[in-house]
Amino acid sequence: MSSTIAIPIPLPDVRDHRIPLGVVRDTVEITRRNLIGYLRVPQLLVFSTIQPVIFVVMFRYVFGGAIKVPGEVEYVDFLMPGIFVQTVVFGAIATAVGLAADLQSGLMERFHALPMARSAVLTGRTTADLSRNVFVVILMMVVGFLVGWRVHTNVWGLLGAGLLVLVFGYAMSWVFATLGLAVGDPEAAQAAAVPVLAPLVFASSAFVPVSTMPGWLQAFANHQPVSATATAVRALTLGGGTASDIWPAIFWCAAILVVSAPLAVWLYRRQA
Amino acid sequence: MNVKAIAVQDLRKRFGEVTALDGVDFDVERGTVFGLLGPNGAGKTTAVRVLATVLRPDGGHAEVLGRDVVREADAVRRRIGLAGQNAAVDPNLTGRENLRMVGVLGQMRRTEVMPRADELLRRFSLTEAADRPLRTYSGGMRRRLDVAASLMPRPPVLFLDEPTTGLDLPSREELWDMIRELVSDGTTVLLTTQYLEEADRLAHRIAVVDGGKVIANDTPARLKAQMGGTVVEMALPGDGLADRAMGLLAEHVPGRVEREGNTVRVTSDGGARVLWEILRALDGVDLEPDSLTVREPSIDDVFLALTGHHATTDGTDPQVPAVGEREGAAR
Repeated sequence: MSSTIAIPIPLPDVRDHRIPLGVVRDTVEITRRNLIGYLRVPQLLVFSTIQPVIFVVMFRYVFGGAIKVPGEVEYVDFLMPGIFVQTVVFGAIATAVGLAADLQSGLMERFHALPMARSAVLTGRTTADLSRNVFVVILMMVVGFLVGWRVHTNVWGLLGAGLLVLVFGYAMSWVFATLGLAVGDPEAAQAAAVPVLAPLVFASSAFVPVSTMPGWLQAFANHQPVSATATAVRALTLGGGTASDIWPAIFWCAAILVVSAPLAVWLYRRQA
Repeated sequence: MNVKAIAVQDLRKRFGEVTALDGVDFDVERGTVFGLLGPNGAGKTTAVRVLATVLRPDGGHAEVLGRDVVREADAVRRRIGLAGQNAAVDPNLTGRENLRMVGVLGQMRRTEVMPRADELLRRFSLTEAADRPLRTYSGGMRRRLDVAASLMPRPPVLFLDEPTTGLDLPSREELWDMIRELVSDGTTVLLTTQYLEEADRLAHRIAVVDGGKVIANDTPARLKAQMGGTVVEMALPGDGLADRAMGLLAEHVPGRVEREGNTVRVTSDGGARVLWEILRALDGVDLEPDSLTVREPSIDDVFLALTGHHATTDGTDPQVPAVGEREGAAR
């Protein structure tokens, strides 16, 4: 097959200007795509909903009788804020697994070759995981109410608590976006996440009061983001807290975001 | 001014110790099919990834429709489509949803996205499967959808990286027809392939790539004339007899004669007449080959002719691709 081109073909007509709010449009599209993934892969949805519910019921009834917390506080009221935080932390692994899977399948390569906003692959992923968390946190609150959890403040305290849990989960998503991009393999990302998260979640005030731990562990447990967020959520739902119970959590969220988001974006661009 | 669809000068890329592109040059005229032919690891995919702005080159210069792939990456992305062994589709989305996503992210106008998706689903015979998640698709269907996705925003330049690897013959023919149709509409196609036949049937020009360098760049007709149109291979009982046969054939038969162990290979463009002359020459001295094969030149013959060494593929016969070879990677 051979031919000569005699007549110069006119250059193709291509729109080069950016659509206003193109970043938003691209982020919405990637978010949508990731949420469809959650709905079509039942294991993902079951893992992220059934497990938190099992934790609520298990800790409430299995350990609830054995664990005494200081003051007049019921264990279930102490526990629920911890479970919320624990759930969004472990849920953030999905961000790493999702991005690593896209890298491995080659879908990331297609995104790199499209004239889309560079950041949308990451913002779309983390926004999808945030949307999933909204659903999961509401579900846990409902189950919590059914097993006897009570909010001792008011509806604003409850909303503030929910919001803080979601912001913390969002910040953790960026940490795991970085991990997923760095590792590039879904199973390896999962395997790398658990040993880091387990001490962070269990050596914290999420399930038991820190005062019951040995001194050296207390030093760690008192100064880490999971404890800080659990403490703030307790202050917002149990009442009796002060601003100093809440600021550390906000500080941690901001610090985690400021470090991990640029790192994730840098890693994503570097893949190109 | 005649702007080239693709212009590549002295393109270089290293991955650690491995030099993937070692100073690659070629131009592609608009509205033509250009074939990059070479074995695995020759640098074909790296070249495509650089041209598609997925990978940054270490050195050299590359333009797509006059736009620099590094400095004007966004403008390049608005002019290209990429499909093939590395670009993938989302297994959880349906065919239609995948096309929609690529259309939106390809910055198409909202109102154009769904009609274009329907049109492509029809053209690639995927209308019936359009609303099923991709993980239920066969390898061939998935590959067709991959190509359809790359065509969503009507890119004037299309990169197809080994598009038919792992496809059965009918699917391959179908895709070839599709490519010809696109080119008749003015699209420029850069195709990488390990199959000489594919490059031969589709491309206006072929660049043969080996070790990160272009070692030949010509029309298929001239390349084939250079390497001869027919290959006759015969195995002789023993190296001594093979040596003797080689001497004899070099004297009596037009074309290139080579020996490898006890196999003698004659490459010529003499057609069937050559076979007759070979048999007559061997019969004249009572040399009887154990086996004798007549075939078209393969990519390995091109390599042998151009480089003096065999194409270092991964050991599989490039003429008989295993169906579903790349399946694992796409899942």
